[in-house]
Formats: sequence, structure tokens, C-alpha cells
Amino acid sequence: MIGLQHYLTVAAILFTIGVFGIFVNRKNVIVILMSIELILLAVNINLVAFSVFLHDVVGQIFAMFVLTVAAAEAAVGLAILVTFFRNRGDIAVDDASVMKG
Amino acid sequence: MALHEIAFYVMATVTILAGLSVVFARNPVHSVLFLITAFFSAAGLFVLMGAEFLAMLLIVVYVGAVAVLFLFVVMMLDVDFSQLREGFARYLPFGGIVAGILTLEMIIIAASVATNGAASQNALPQASLPDVTNAESIGRVLYTDYVYFFQAAGLVLLVAMIGAIVLTLRHKPGVKRQNIGAQVARTPKTGMKIVDIKPGEGISE
Repeated sequence: MIGLQHYLTVAAILFTIGVFGIFVNRKNVIVILMSIELILLAVNINLVAFSVFLHDVVGQIFAMFVLTVAAAEAAVGLAILVTFFRNRGDIAVDDASVMKG
Repeated sequence: MALHEIAFYVMATVTILAGLSVVFARNPVHSVLFLITAFFSAAGLFVLMGAEFLAMLLIVVYVGAVAVLFLFVVMMLDVDFSQLREGFARYLPFGGIVAGILTLEMIIIAASVATNGAASQNALPQASLPDVTNAESIGRVLYTDYVYFFQAAGLVLLVAMIGAIVLTLRHKPGVKRQNIGAQVARTPKTGMKIVDIKPGEGISE
């Protein structure tokens, strides 16, 4: 019998993979953005799992809003990345101090 | 084992392996493709829970839009990605320890919540209101109680779209463009000059 715990475990593992990806790929912004997407996916799995096992649809509504924000964040992040690449010629973020706050 | 459990374990394994491959792949294009795999099998998990509407939304929004956007950007940027992997091995042990502790803690909390929390009273999953399809039960709540949030989400998307356009729009100098304002504002008085030329003389500019 697959219960709430199974889904929460998958989400927890996926979440830590995302955090781990941000840790180890500190220079590569593209992989960092993809790791953020993974984290948001894990959050969505959590929201949907709780929504389904609490018999409350509101969790799925919130998962939808998270989806919206994730899409917006990806669009703006990639736009910033393209502009950054145009100005500097590479995307190494560890010396991105030119932006100066 | 029941088919449902087999499906769950297949989807869960594929999701986690694809997530790991996103982080570990050497080629970012492969990372994006693994991200698509992860989203696809996560959508499968949603279907297993009964949340079909969100599963389809995940495929349409993530696989159809976000992942393709990533693919565009990865292919457009001419970057030496092997150089960007510097420090990968250095952060690997520390990152691994932190990730292991995080996973362990979250799984313990998940186990305790699932066995003692409010959700433990309902053994069977139920993604929709009774006798109503999943999409309809989402719509009934979304367009009534959460209609302002829905509008705000639309606004967020609009702002993100405008922001992305403003960030990437570039005015090249030296490109001839039609200036409609100047064209419309042109009158015979400003567009034409009447010069009185005396006979036998030319006009010098």
C-alpha cells in the first residue's frame, strides 16, 4: 500500500538533490537554475501529496501557484543570464561582483 | 505486488535518478533532458495520486515551456562548460554530508507526520471532491475562494514576461527605424521650404 510517507520520501530526496546541486555546481548558473526547478518540483509533490491524503483540494491550488511562480522565475532568471552573458562573455557566477548589489 | 505499487516505484526511481543526473551530467544539454525526464515521471506520480489536472499542467508548463526555454538558452550560450565544473569535486564531500543529513531528517519527519499527523486518519487518497472530476473540483475552489490569488498569479506572469523582454531587448545603434510620431507630426510648414531664387544665380546650401 503506497501511502503519504512514500510520496513525502520521494519529495524529500528530490529536494535534497536540488540543494546538493546548488552546492556542487556553484559556478554554473544554468545548473543552479535547474536545481531550483527540482526543489520547486519537490515542494509541488509535497503539496499534492498532502492535498490528496488530507482530502483537501486547496493543496493542489497552491501547487498550481508554485508552478506559476516557478515558470516566471525561470523566465526572468534565464533573461538575466542572457544579459549577463552578453555583458561578460561567460556565465561564471562566483565572480559576479560587477553587479554591485 | 499490485500494479499501483510497481508504477509508484518505477516513477519514483526514475524521478530520483533523473534528478541526480541533472546535477551530475557533464553536458548541460543532457542536464536539461534529464530535467524533462524528472518532470515527466513526477507527472506520473501525480497521476497515481489522482491529481490528473496538475500532472497535465506539469507536462504542459514544465516540459513544454520551461525545459524548452532552458534548452534554448543552453544551446544559445557559447560557454566552456567543463571549466565551469571546477570545484565540483571539492564541494562534493561536504555537500554530500549536508544532503544526507537533510534527507534523513526529512524522511524521519515524513514518517512521523504520515503515521501520527492529520493525514493518517484518511488511509485512502482522494484528489477530488466526491463525484466530481479532478479538474472541476480544482476549478470550483480556484475560481471562487482563490479568485484574487488567481488574478495575482496572472499579474506575476505578466510582470515576469515584461521583465524578461525588458532585460533582453537590445537597441542596436545605427539601425534605421520608422519613427511614426515624427512622420505624423510632419506638416507642410516643417517639411518644405520655399526658396526665392534670383534669376541667374543658383542656390548654395
